[in-house]
Amino acid sequence: MIQQQGKKVGLPLMNLVRLNRTPILKQLHLEEKLLRKSSTNWCIINDGTDTPAIVMGISGKPSELLEIGSVLRDQVPVIKRFTGGGTVVVDKGTVFVTLICNKDDVPGVQPYPRSIMSWSGLLYNQVFKGIADFQLRENDYVFGNRKFGGNAQSITKNRWIHHTSFLWDYAEGNMAFLKQPARAPEYRMERGHTEFICRMNEYLPRTDFIEKTTEAVETYFSVKNVNLEATEEPCGAEFVPSTRLLSKQELEEALGPQPEIIGVSV
Amino acid sequence: MALRMWASSTANALRISCASKTPAFALSRCFSSGTQLISFPLPIIIFCKLMVLDGLKYASSHEWVKHEGSVATVGITDHAQDHLGEVVFVELPETGASVKQGGGFGVVESVKATSDVNSPISGEVIEVNSKLTQTPGLVNSSPYEEGWLIKVKPSSPSDLESLMDPQAYTKFCEEENAAH
Repeated sequence: MIQQQGKKVGLPLMNLVRLNRTPILKQLHLEEKLLRKSSTNWCIINDGTDTPAIVMGISGKPSELLEIGSVLRDQVPVIKRFTGGGTVVVDKGTVFVTLICNKDDVPGVQPYPRSIMSWSGLLYNQVFKGIADFQLRENDYVFGNRKFGGNAQSITKNRWIHHTSFLWDYAEGNMAFLKQPARAPEYRMERGHTEFICRMNEYLPRTDFIEKTTEAVETYFSVKNVNLEATEEPCGAEFVPSTRLLSKQELEEALGPQPEIIGVSV
Repeated sequence: MALRMWASSTANALRISCASKTPAFALSRCFSSGTQLISFPLPIIIFCKLMVLDGLKYASSHEWVKHEGSVATVGITDHAQDHLGEVVFVELPETGASVKQGGGFGVVESVKATSDVNSPISGEVIEVNSKLTQTPGLVNSSPYEEGWLIKVKPSSPSDLESLMDPQAYTKFCEEENAAH
């Protein structure tokens, strides 16, 4: 069988993996492995995750970022990922887009946070051209002054990853798991979560977003659709990711001692 | 010296990245690297300098090492901290851990990114900079002094021979900047 490669001459190869409702922990483990162990460029698009989860950046502290009591009560998984950045609540309404690149395959982009972030802004500018007032604003993707996409990165000696969680839709109740972060962009202006973020589904169809994103990636790379099994090939020996699920005990310790309720007998 | 201090304060006022604070003894032995000349319509010229210190050796991944007897101190360069942006978190290994030349030993977080830090030499970690837990910004404000990352007992002194001296590192940075 002849496989249609659709290669564009001169552009570096990018393997595109499409996932659907893959658990976010599994996605992050995959990404971390591909960043560290593969030498190929990868684009991963995961159309939603199976169950709601909270995902913190590498330096996130639950006591500072989460309403731990509510998180424990509702048994929401809390994940600490290998990239920097802030805390997000993700669910089936989140669309994840990840780019893992060899630094030399993206000429003109230095392997430093601001350069990569700036380049990503150009890429998504193509996606949202003519649709909405899209901007990369203090490292967030916004329509106007409302955030709809959170970014994070990890940079190794020769490769980098830039991944985004896009708020296609979200349950407002889930935002109650997050505290107002101490470190926030200036444009947030102390707004609460529901006033600060917006839903992408108010701007364009989900399939259009994914299609346009793929087209934008194709302006920089020769994109080849591959299945999940292809991610196993280049990596070989077992890889132990640093991304992990926080234990109930860790969350309880972060919550700290709770006041004892003394009943009054009548 | 006076011109440098004036330029530094002016650059800070205009929010232009400028050389970090360094002790007076190092200033006299500095090599400036990546000097950019920015001319304004008014008769004001700003020099934007990134520091490269004498007496250190440098890796192409922008870490420095200062070898003193049986101890080598490792950190990231002024070029690196300038390009990384404000460092908000530093993750370092435990004492006793082994490091390998060119291998990663920790990460710094800045601008929503974790960036690997690689060791310029092989050896055993004998001390880590615990101040960076509370004050990660020392990596930005004092990359060659208070912002050091780890101290290593070198296992292979010949590692230093493969590293760049200040002049070579200066040229390396200039070429890297010019390529982008």
